[in-house]
Amino acid sequence: MSTTTINKETAKAPKLESVQSNGKPKTRLEILKTYKIYIGGKFPRTESGRYYSPENAAKEKLANVCLSSRKDFREAVVAARNAQGDWGSRAAFNRGQILYRIAEMLEGRKAQFIEELMKQDATKEDAENEVVLSIDRLIYYAGWCDKFQQLYSSVNPVASSHFNFSVPEPTGVVSVIAPQSNSLLGMVSVIAPVIAGGNTCVVLASFSKPLCAVTFAEVLNSSDVPGGVINILTGKISEIISYFADHMDVNAIVFCEDDAVTQKMIQEKAAMNIKRVVLYNKINWQTENGQSPYFIMDTQEIKTTWHPIENIGGAKAGY
Amino acid sequence: MAAATIAVPDFSLSPRVDQVGIEERAARFTKRSIKKETKINGLLLTLNMIDLTTLEGKDSEGKVKQMCYKAKHLLDIYPGLPTVAAVCVYPSMVKTAKKAVEGSGVKVASVATGFPSGQAPHKVKIADTKFAVAQGADEVDMVISRGKFLEGEYNFVFDEIASIKEACGDTRLKVILETGELVTFDKVRKASDIAMYAGADFIKTSTGKVTPAATMPVTLVMLEAIRDFYYKTGKMIGMKPAGGISKSKLALHYLVMLNEILGEEWMNNKWFRFGASSLANDVLMQLMKEKTGVYQGRDYFSLD
Repeated sequence: MSTTTINKETAKAPKLESVQSNGKPKTRLEILKTYKIYIGGKFPRTESGRYYSPENAAKEKLANVCLSSRKDFREAVVAARNAQGDWGSRAAFNRGQILYRIAEMLEGRKAQFIEELMKQDATKEDAENEVVLSIDRLIYYAGWCDKFQQLYSSVNPVASSHFNFSVPEPTGVVSVIAPQSNSLLGMVSVIAPVIAGGNTCVVLASFSKPLCAVTFAEVLNSSDVPGGVINILTGKISEIISYFADHMDVNAIVFCEDDAVTQKMIQEKAAMNIKRVVLYNKINWQTENGQSPYFIMDTQEIKTTWHPIENIGGAKAGY
Repeated sequence: MAAATIAVPDFSLSPRVDQVGIEERAARFTKRSIKKETKINGLLLTLNMIDLTTLEGKDSEGKVKQMCYKAKHLLDIYPGLPTVAAVCVYPSMVKTAKKAVEGSGVKVASVATGFPSGQAPHKVKIADTKFAVAQGADEVDMVISRGKFLEGEYNFVFDEIASIKEACGDTRLKVILETGELVTFDKVRKASDIAMYAGADFIKTSTGKVTPAATMPVTLVMLEAIRDFYYKTGKMIGMKPAGGISKSKLALHYLVMLNEILGEEWMNNKWFRFGASSLANDVLMQLMKEKTGVYQGRDYFSLD
């Protein structure tokens, strides 16, 4: 060995053992994660090629995050629309199983989410609390998947020979602006009821705290959720919200900020194709108020069926 | 008759095609940026070049009438839209279609010669063609005998096309090569040459029943064959890619390719057609997007 000529390239590099032995001289460059968006079960970069670098309170750069454009939104809606037929017509029980599976996967990656939340200014206690609540919320809606229908369906008395009943059905593709003030719990709390009801969605994550949203997409990708059911974009609300509100192939929009001007704009644009507009003002997602089967009903349509029946034995119709 | 004045070359001398070169050249057409007014004009031209097609076993008179209505009224809320170029149906539906598009300028094209396989006796093919013409078809789309072609029976294929052309009379004849079954670009080039010298007015890629159907590289090979034929004989031949073109953006790429290979003379529905059924709605959605500034949804357009 000593007689061989020294390779100038490798001579200065520390030996492999010296790095691994005590772990003190950290010469290894860490591999940083690329935070990409999630469309149709894939992780593309934004079509626009733009990014932004959110910082935490200590002015530390969190990551380079995609600044999504309207074309990313357009692609996401196409993916959501293509996925909607299959997702909406699955057995409700199966949707419940899949929501449960998301919770299982999230449980397994708790530590990563806690770390990311702490990077984004949460205390350890708050971070742990937020992740646990998010998991529990998924379980909560997993349970409701095949039960809310019984609650909100009805058999209606009518004055003719018809069996008349009303049942909730998914409204279709829902665009969601996730709560901006928190990173994980808010997003989970608004997505879960939307997909529990058989809708598919395109979600805009928190602008200032986007890390957990992208990592959550990785959880979704490994938990039996068909591609396109949930699509997650990162970016600026002001830049793309008008497209969330006026896209003709979107059937409902969920907006969680207490911002009267934007709310008015959404309502005006949504009127074009009579989108369902769901506004969640000042809801504290940390509490019991942040979960309810009524949230599922916010993105459902009621279908009423008139089924002709024989007038048996002169019995009057009317339950 | 025109063919009689043109010396038929030795088809074994048809040029070989460089596959890598063709694919790269075709890919380059997709890099052009077409926006705003140019895009709108391109989309309107695309609409006007569409052969709205229904070729299903389950086709009924009602289905054909519905399609013909769509051919005439693509989107009534958008004033000034052109109609499509033609509707394309089976021979048994020609009469229905002809009546339904009467007076609108939309032509009726009929497939014939044992479409889509082309595995019918010669007599039946001729009878099929004559029937379509007698029913009033303005254009006939025939399929070549791919089996014979792949066996190397080029004379058989040539004679067959020539006899169908004769049966067509003045009716324009489109010859479907079914490129998805021809395997190589060399064979596509040879089949194009044979079809053109045998009297085709149009050459067409596919039936739409075989994948791959129309692709940009294969269309490029055929466009180059048309160009070479034009240089040699001075006769213009039309081109119709069919099957698999369902997005406006792709259609615009085809138009770019057409313009760069054959030039402006071919940029109209006399010399270029898209065989498609779902392309029209996508083009309409893009046009409405340009007009209103709002992304469109399928719910607001007719069903295909």
